[in-house]
Amino acid sequence: MRMTLAEKILARASGRESVAPDEVVVASIDLAMSHENADLVRKSFQEIGVPRVWDPERIVIIFDHRVPAESEKTAATHKAIREFVRAQEIRHFYDVGRGGICHQVLAENGHVWPGMVVVGTDSHTTTHGAFAAFATGIGATEMAGVWTEGKLWFKVPSTIRIEVAGELGPWISAKDLVLHIIGKLGADGADYRAVEFDGPVVRGMTVASRMVLANLAMEMGAKVAFTPADETLASYLAQRTGRAFAPGDLHFSPDPDARYERILVIDAGHEVREPQIACPHAVDQVKPLSEVGEVLVDQAVVGSCTNGRLEDLEIAARVVAGHRVHPRTRLLVIPASQQIYREAMRLGYLDTLIEAGAMINPPGCGPCVGVHQGILAAGEVCISSTNRNFIGRMGSKESGVYLASPAVVAASAVAGRIVHPQTVWQEVKS
Amino acid sequence: MTVRGRVAARLGDNVDTDVIYPGRFLSITDREKTAEHLFELAHPEILGRIQPGDFLVAGKNFGCGSSREQATAAVKYAGVGAIIAVSFARIFYRNSLNLGLPLLVSKDASARVHPGDELEIDVTAGVIYDQTTGESFAAAPLDPRAVELLQAGGLVPYLRKKYAA
Repeated sequence: MRMTLAEKILARASGRESVAPDEVVVASIDLAMSHENADLVRKSFQEIGVPRVWDPERIVIIFDHRVPAESEKTAATHKAIREFVRAQEIRHFYDVGRGGICHQVLAENGHVWPGMVVVGTDSHTTTHGAFAAFATGIGATEMAGVWTEGKLWFKVPSTIRIEVAGELGPWISAKDLVLHIIGKLGADGADYRAVEFDGPVVRGMTVASRMVLANLAMEMGAKVAFTPADETLASYLAQRTGRAFAPGDLHFSPDPDARYERILVIDAGHEVREPQIACPHAVDQVKPLSEVGEVLVDQAVVGSCTNGRLEDLEIAARVVAGHRVHPRTRLLVIPASQQIYREAMRLGYLDTLIEAGAMINPPGCGPCVGVHQGILAAGEVCISSTNRNFIGRMGSKESGVYLASPAVVAASAVAGRIVHPQTVWQEVKS
Repeated sequence: MTVRGRVAARLGDNVDTDVIYPGRFLSITDREKTAEHLFELAHPEILGRIQPGDFLVAGKNFGCGSSREQATAAVKYAGVGAIIAVSFARIFYRNSLNLGLPLLVSKDASARVHPGDELEIDVTAGVIYDQTTGESFAAAPLDPRAVELLQAGGLVPYLRKKYAA
């Protein structure tokens, strides 16, 4: 058949034997996720005028962008969505305090399964490619169409395959790897395309780290991005769903002779020797840490759908252990979900972070969208484990955001300037 | 489907959705009202220059970033009749079709039309005619589904008609 995973899933979902790049297909939707913008979706849906959503079981709504409500306007939005959810009998609804960031909540509650077509009214829906799902972001009106019809047209994307060989060095994470790739390909380097991440480095990663790759592939324009459906994924999903799939099942993997637009081989040990930093104001303005120069930091943020998972809080805690956050800097930590919050508490990570002077924010998007919980003033600089550093993203248009791994963010919070985690770590050891 | 207007502004590459419509205004869900904040942080001068039916011209990857439909709504309800760019980010592209805002992909036109030029655009045929300079440019042809959506005025009217009992 010679199909990539994107082609395979779209063929299945559109009832065809096979599909090829640039064909337009109509695919049935397996899961439709929205956050607070469900209110915009609801408005368009009601304008369309059909009385009931196509399938309330396949719709998931999760509040995360503005939790708890930061304004009366948001409170009214939340209220309108709650009423809609009740009226339409949508069961999978995660209200304030019950979930966390939408992409983490979908993952940890086993909503996503390999081979599914997932759409979300959030650009980082590509995250679910870590579950070998065809997962992509759409706008609110388009989602109203999905709520109406349960299907959507797609142009079949061509696929870029990225094979990562070698080994990640100490302090080098999935974040550094994917920032390096984005810097190399550019903000539009994967526009309209599917990306398959594979190779020994990717197969050696936890599911949490694979989610970082799929999540940030969006920042080079990818429509969808996949990591392998292997034993690691099977065991993650078995724990959360009690269901099993056979690792390597060709329904959830590309054919060995699939046709690619481009195959990129990256030797991680050579190409990504040090932490990578995306400098203001674009995610593809990536430099190795040693080329960033002296940057004093006002705020440091560990969190988001990109890097707010347990392993991220763990490394941040390990780095700050025994230190104090620098007097000029404030460190904000935002667990990606309630589950992660509890687990990080149980394991003592939060205690270590708080002892160092961090503030723990409630699970959600936090300051990443520039609405609340850590807005920057003019002239301020933030180092953040989040996913975007556009002008004014986190506050003033005269502020700047540097994107980095949680380890670099934590170390920089301690040093009060952007530093390699090794510097802080050595101090502990000596 | 032909639209006429003037080029109101020309922008560069990778104009992101935070630049088009800052995140702090995302709680606004009334589409018409989003127009008040178009380019508010990065290019506050543009909004006042837009006359109904005017065009925006941009480089590659216009609309990259978030899925926020307010970015498209703000452009459309500020009065913009169409955007011409070297390329568009995919979610922005789909949002624009869904809200009935024509987008034209033309590297040549993007490089050679100037603010103030009067244009006549045949959206379905993909022809951009610059009346000021007399030059004509080809734009990438639209998928039939895109034409259908634009002719209906967007996805809501399209589906309303389809499902009208």
